[in-house]
Amino acid sequence: MTRNPKRPLSPHLGIWRWGPAMAVSILHRVTGNGLAVVGALAFVWWLAAAASGPEAYETFMSWATWWPGYVVAIGLTWAFFQHLFSGLRHFVLDTGAGYELQSNKLWSLGIFAAAIFATIGLWLIILGKGL
Amino acid sequence: MGSGTGIGRVRGLGSAKHGSHHWLIQRMTALGNLVLLLWFIFSLVRLPGFDHGTVVAWLSSPLAAVPMMLLIVSVFWHLRIGMQVMIEDYVHDDALRVLSIVLLNFYAIGGAALGVFSIARIAFGGAPA
Repeated sequence: MTRNPKRPLSPHLGIWRWGPAMAVSILHRVTGNGLAVVGALAFVWWLAAAASGPEAYETFMSWATWWPGYVVAIGLTWAFFQHLFSGLRHFVLDTGAGYELQSNKLWSLGIFAAAIFATIGLWLIILGKGL
Repeated sequence: MGSGTGIGRVRGLGSAKHGSHHWLIQRMTALGNLVLLLWFIFSLVRLPGFDHGTVVAWLSSPLAAVPMMLLIVSVFWHLRIGMQVMIEDYVHDDALRVLSIVLLNFYAIGGAALGVFSIARIAFGGAPA
């Protein structure tokens, strides 16, 4: 592969500044890979523990309900919703829509808000069950 | 290389060398994840508790076990493709990249197998109560 050195690389690696769209984009990758490792392992651990019997399940639950367990679980919930809403944004972008600067910025900011609200809402419901 | 048309010149030149196949599977499993994980969250929230007996009783139902197995397959397939894209983007050494993708495949298929087997064991009544 040869590249014409007179042409700029895109996206430019040296000249950029943070914006909502690029933050959503890199967070999509970060949350996706975080979920792929931590989320998937925790999910399969939960299922394998349930299949192994009450003692193994109790071991899982004692980790999950210890305070670092809550931190991980709430973090995974946020990562899940961030990745979900960001993924929906990708479906819209795939159709060729939503690239106008203003609407792209607006939807990117909306994804941050939606992910945080959904995380808070879901955990209020879970904690409200008094477990 | 193609016949000189635009698509012919670029076909197969992506970092995965496989054109749009990965891209399409990524979108299809994303849709699967969307539907199945929303169903999963609603199901969990509707459970009276998260104790062993409640979870096992719920997973014993075919209408819970089958979507859960589909969820495992969809999620692990999606994460396998997604993590492969990350590896292809960031791991530039050929040998290390191939090794990483092999390990990723072991992880994805092994994790999915453990998940599906666990659900099956519960659904077929084999889990100790």
